[in-house]
Amino acid sequence: MSNAHSVAAADAALLHAVEAHDEHHHDDGSKTTLGFWIYLMSDCILFAAVFAAFAVLRGQTAGGPDAKELFSLPYVAGETAFLLVSSFTYGMAMIAAEKQKQSATLRWLGVTLLLGLGFMFMELHEFAELIGEDAGPDRSAFLSSFFTLVGTHGLHVLSGMVWMVTLIAHVLRRGLTHANIVRLTCLSLFWHFLDIVWIGVFTIVYLSGVAA
Amino acid sequence: MATAHTTAHGHDHGHHGEGAHGSVKSYIVGFVLSVILTAIPFGLVMSGALPAGTAIPVCFGLGIVQIIVHLVYFLHMNSSSARSWNMAAFLFTLLIVAILVVGSWWVMLHLNANMMPGAMPME
Repeated sequence: MSNAHSVAAADAALLHAVEAHDEHHHDDGSKTTLGFWIYLMSDCILFAAVFAAFAVLRGQTAGGPDAKELFSLPYVAGETAFLLVSSFTYGMAMIAAEKQKQSATLRWLGVTLLLGLGFMFMELHEFAELIGEDAGPDRSAFLSSFFTLVGTHGLHVLSGMVWMVTLIAHVLRRGLTHANIVRLTCLSLFWHFLDIVWIGVFTIVYLSGVAA
Repeated sequence: MATAHTTAHGHDHGHHGEGAHGSVKSYIVGFVLSVILTAIPFGLVMSGALPAGTAIPVCFGLGIVQIIVHLVYFLHMNSSSARSWNMAAFLFTLLIVAILVVGSWWVMLHLNANMMPGAMPME
C-alpha cells in the first residue's frame, strides 16, 4: 500500500512538473518523447525475444495442425486493414491537435479507438475459434509460441486503447494543453509502433506460415 | 541532448504547416505505400504465384520496406541532428534485435540437428 502511495505521489509530482512547464514553455516535450522512445526500443527487444521463440518453435507441431491448416489469410488481411487505417487516423488526430482543433482531434481519436476495437474483436474471435478447434496454446509448442507472440501484441493494442480513452478524457477536461499534446505524441509513437510490430507478425507468422 | 524541437511543440504557434507531426500529404503517401506493400505479399501467397522458396524472401523484403515506410512517414524518423538520439537508440536496438533473433534461430537450428536420433556423438 505504501509503495502504491509513493508511486501515486511521484506521479502527482511528475504531473505537477509537466503542468508547470505548461505555463512557462521551457520544455518543448522533446525529453519526454525521447524517454518514451527509449521505452519503445526496450519493448522492441521484448518482441524480438518472443519472435525468436516463435521462429525456433514454429515447426514443432507435435502432430497437431500447422499454420497452413489453421490460418485464413483474407481474415488476417482484415485485421491488418483495421490496424493500418487506425495508424492513419491517429496521424490525422495528431495533425488536428497541433492545429488546436479540439473537436476534430476527438473525432479522429474516436475513429482510431473504434478501429482498434475492430482489430481486438477479430483477434479474440480468431483465438476463440482456434481454441474451439482444439488448437489452443496447450496443443503444441508451435501454438504456444503463436499465442504468446500474437497475444503479447494484442495486449499492447488493448493497453493502447485504454490509454486512448484516458487521453480522450484528459482532452475533454482540459483541452489541447501542451501537456496533453505531449501525451498524445507519446501514444502516437506507441500506436504506430504496434502497427510496425504487426508487419512482423503477418509476415513471419501468417504469410510465411501459409506459404511454407 | 536533443533540445532542439522534436516531435512535440504543441504551443509553438509560429511554426505550423510542415510541422514535426508531418502533413496530411505525408500521411496519405505513407498510407498508400503501406497498402501497396501489404497487398503484394498477401496477393503473392494467396494466389500461390511463386514457390514458397521465393515467396517467403520476397515477403520478408517487402515487410522490411514497409517498416521503413512506417518509420519515415508515420514516426517521422529522419537524420536531422534534433533526432540523433532517437536514431542512435534505434540503431542500437536494431543490432540487439538482430543478434537476438538471428542468433537464437541459428543456434537452435544446430541444436535441432544434434537432437536427431542417432546424431548425438556417443562416447
